Amino acid sequence: MQLALWTYEGPPHVGAMRVATALTDVHYVLHAPQGDTYADLLFTMIERRHHRPPVTYTTFQARDLGGDTAELFKTAAREAFERFAPKAMLVGASCTGELIQDDPGGLARALSLPIPIVALELPSYQRKENWGASETFYQLVRTLAGPQASAERAPRDKSRRPRCNLLGPTALGFRHRDDVKEVSGLLNQLGVDVAVVAPLDASAADIARLGEADFNVVLYPEIALTAAQWLQRNFGQPMLQTVPIGAGATRDFIAEVVKVAGIEAVDPAQFEPRATWYAKSVDSTYLTGKRVYIFGDATHAIAAARVAVEELGFTLVGLGTYSREFARETRAAATKYGVDALISDDYLAVEAQIEAVQPELVLGTQMERHVAKRHGIPCAVISAPVHVQDFPARYAPQMGVEGANVLFDTWVHPLMMGLEEHLLTMFRDDFEFHDQARPSHLPAHRPAVNPGASRGAEVIQLPQRETAPEIAADVAWTVDAESELKKIPFFVRGKARRNTERFARDSGVATITIETLYEAKAHFGR
Amino acid sequence: MIAAAASRDGSSAAVMAGEAPLRERGQREVFCGLTGIVWLHRKIQDAFFLVVGSRTCAHLLQSAAGVMIFAEPRFATAIIEERDLAGLADANAELDKAVDQLLVRRPDIRLLFLVGSCPSEVIKLDLTRAAQRLSGKHAPKVRILSYSGSGIETTFTQGEDACLAALVPTLPVAETQPSLLVVGTLADVVEDQFRRMFSALGIDNVYFLPAHRDAEMPPVGPTTRYLLAQPFLADTARALDERGAQRLAAPFPLGAEGTAAFFGAAAKAWNVDPTLFQQVIAPAQERAARGLARYRAQLQGKSIFFFPDSQLEIPLARFLSRELEMQPLEIGTPYLHRQHLAEELALLPPDMVITEGQHIDRQLDRCRAARPDLTVCGLGIANPLEALGLTTKWSIELLFTPIHGFEQAADLAELFARPLLRRNLLVA
Repeated sequence: MQLALWTYEGPPHVGAMRVATALTDVHYVLHAPQGDTYADLLFTMIERRHHRPPVTYTTFQARDLGGDTAELFKTAAREAFERFAPKAMLVGASCTGELIQDDPGGLARALSLPIPIVALELPSYQRKENWGASETFYQLVRTLAGPQASAERAPRDKSRRPRCNLLGPTALGFRHRDDVKEVSGLLNQLGVDVAVVAPLDASAADIARLGEADFNVVLYPEIALTAAQWLQRNFGQPMLQTVPIGAGATRDFIAEVVKVAGIEAVDPAQFEPRATWYAKSVDSTYLTGKRVYIFGDATHAIAAARVAVEELGFTLVGLGTYSREFARETRAAATKYGVDALISDDYLAVEAQIEAVQPELVLGTQMERHVAKRHGIPCAVISAPVHVQDFPARYAPQMGVEGANVLFDTWVHPLMMGLEEHLLTMFRDDFEFHDQARPSHLPAHRPAVNPGASRGAEVIQLPQRETAPEIAADVAWTVDAESELKKIPFFVRGKARRNTERFARDSGVATITIETLYEAKAHFGR
Repeated sequence: MIAAAASRDGSSAAVMAGEAPLRERGQREVFCGLTGIVWLHRKIQDAFFLVVGSRTCAHLLQSAAGVMIFAEPRFATAIIEERDLAGLADANAELDKAVDQLLVRRPDIRLLFLVGSCPSEVIKLDLTRAAQRLSGKHAPKVRILSYSGSGIETTFTQGEDACLAALVPTLPVAETQPSLLVVGTLADVVEDQFRRMFSALGIDNVYFLPAHRDAEMPPVGPTTRYLLAQPFLADTARALDERGAQRLAAPFPLGAEGTAAFFGAAAKAWNVDPTLFQQVIAPAQERAARGLARYRAQLQGKSIFFFPDSQLEIPLARFLSRELEMQPLEIGTPYLHRQHLAEELALLPPDMVITEGQHIDRQLDRCRAARPDLTVCGLGIANPLEALGLTTKWSIELLFTPIHGFEQAADLAELFARPLLRRNLLVA
């Protein structure tokens, strides 16, 4: 058993739901107990969809377990077919459904429905949401596009523009809606048509004609890489794997499109985002060397690391992902920027690392938002899982030219502005403008006071967690040194304390004086 | 617990005069009992809820509670893994390890609930015995109890019922003098109001279940009379009966009328002088009536359709129809406890359509055909119905908002008036 307070990903059948809900005429019959319909809320509330997800649950109860749950499934599948008239049907089980072993695939085939049936085997006790989405999409592509496969690929008729498929966007994907729009626009400008976007807003017929495109663009490898590899093998379609998040990655993406599509090279200057100039402008100088910690799904985390280091001039102090399937790619990226990769789905491990490296900015998921808030560190969201505020009404892509602009604004916004930062350093004891007064956009959060409880006297005091007890144990601070430390602005103070203590221990100093503090500063150069 | 579910069905088969509920079977769009943790953990402040289940259970909990930013939540999931299922790992040893880990991290916890889920029930992991075993190990610092919040056995608020029913056998023995126990989670502000009201009526020894802390859990015994503040407490009531306590039959304290009758039941049992009773409740009753009048103008004559969710539907329909003159078209409830709801059913207008259970697609067909002015439903169907031009009131909010008692009667009405007001406010 694994003790989990938060989970980065849902179970694999939620991944299957994300594919089903993205499609327009495919229905999903899910063998699941009463209560598993909670997942509908993700789509109707977080993504604010107008329609119920195209999912029929058998919602069996305890009393059904004594009877014929297989019959219950068959009834549900038959009724779903009659009511919703889908063009294809996904069938599968949730984690509890898996335990009772009714074989939804076999049962659905026994109904002899006149549509393709895709039986999903999603091992709920081993795999997670993204894997579930990837497997579902892959099985769907095999079933619906498979019959059209031909080993030989005719050369493209040069009289028409090259066309590609965009693979990977789903329901409940972080900014998938706007990424598709941005990348489609970019491709169109380059002279490439988008044949099919899948699974988002695709029909069963669209999936069936995936093989007609000249190449595939894998926007979200976590979801579409397996399907794209299969298409490459069976239809001879090359695939693009550069994910165009950030100015540099967008440039690389364009170069790759030019090569794979066999079109004329373009002037990269016309695709330079405003963010490139913004980062060069003197106002951004204070961003240099800001210490940033990055965590998310592998695609977004790796892309964010490149943007942070190469396009904003931040210093990367940690990079991690919960996507085990892409651990290797994440490790390679971490090595490139000189940090160790954290591959974990345990949010406590992530929190411990954030605590240890004391970043000035955290780029992560909804969970890192909680962690950052708890530690008073500025934070921006770069990856799922996310809450309702990250399915915005406005146009907010992460990819392409406009995506790079969005990233610049989103990441710089939580940081204290340069002037504010200077004044804090100079006038430490200003009565209005001091380190306890958080920036107006960062709500104050003091864990010692429990705001939710109305009965103050009875509130449980949360255990104060020691910040690095192993360090505090063997070195002491003089009062003078302690007060000198407080003159350092709070957003770098944690790092300064750690560096000084490390320096003291390494050089065998038992008591830290003002002298030690400045020695350490000289040693570490900051 | 599976037997308990069966017997619940047995009791609901008894037909009551005047009412002929339609019983439906099919897909149920409801929460499982695990969801109760979301409010129970705020109420019992030194309790921790450890779900023994799958990633689905963990995902449900954080989807339901995730927008709250906790310094640290007091619930978690011990996620069953492949090796637990294959019998490679001794599930009990694994569970003990998870509990140890948890209690080290949270030394402030005094009461730990092991909460059963569908997977743990299906593989028949005996959490009752696990709780006994672990209690022995961690006593006297931490008490460990178990209950099931699985979807196969419990619907939404029944999770609270199962939790409280697990607490009842462990409650201290009551003194010989009579005491009154109010059962069901109430908002703190409501609890305080009720305490003052009982005190003014001269009823002493009033307790609430659950209490804020484990050490303050109320005593119970043959001298205990109890009032159910919530309609979904079938198993808790049965457990209290087994301890010799006696239920005072009353409507639920929703709206001015329901609250007056609720206090009336206690007053009668304590032989409170009717003049004193009138003196005490009249000012609050009058205040509630004034508050309600404001919303009656907005709600009067409007039709309302309830999808099943929490078992609060019947008392709410009673309140909305009698005090605000709304017209219930269909009252869906996940489960109908006829005995506990007898007083409520007697107050409902005749010929009410009550449905027990659900076939979601058919019920949606009926709702679309009826085009009610207001539909009370879960979040899974609220936006889709809004998109069809129907006005909805999402039902889960009724569990998270103070709605009981005189002072909250108008707030309760406002919850139903707000979506209608909003529809009028938004231009096109």
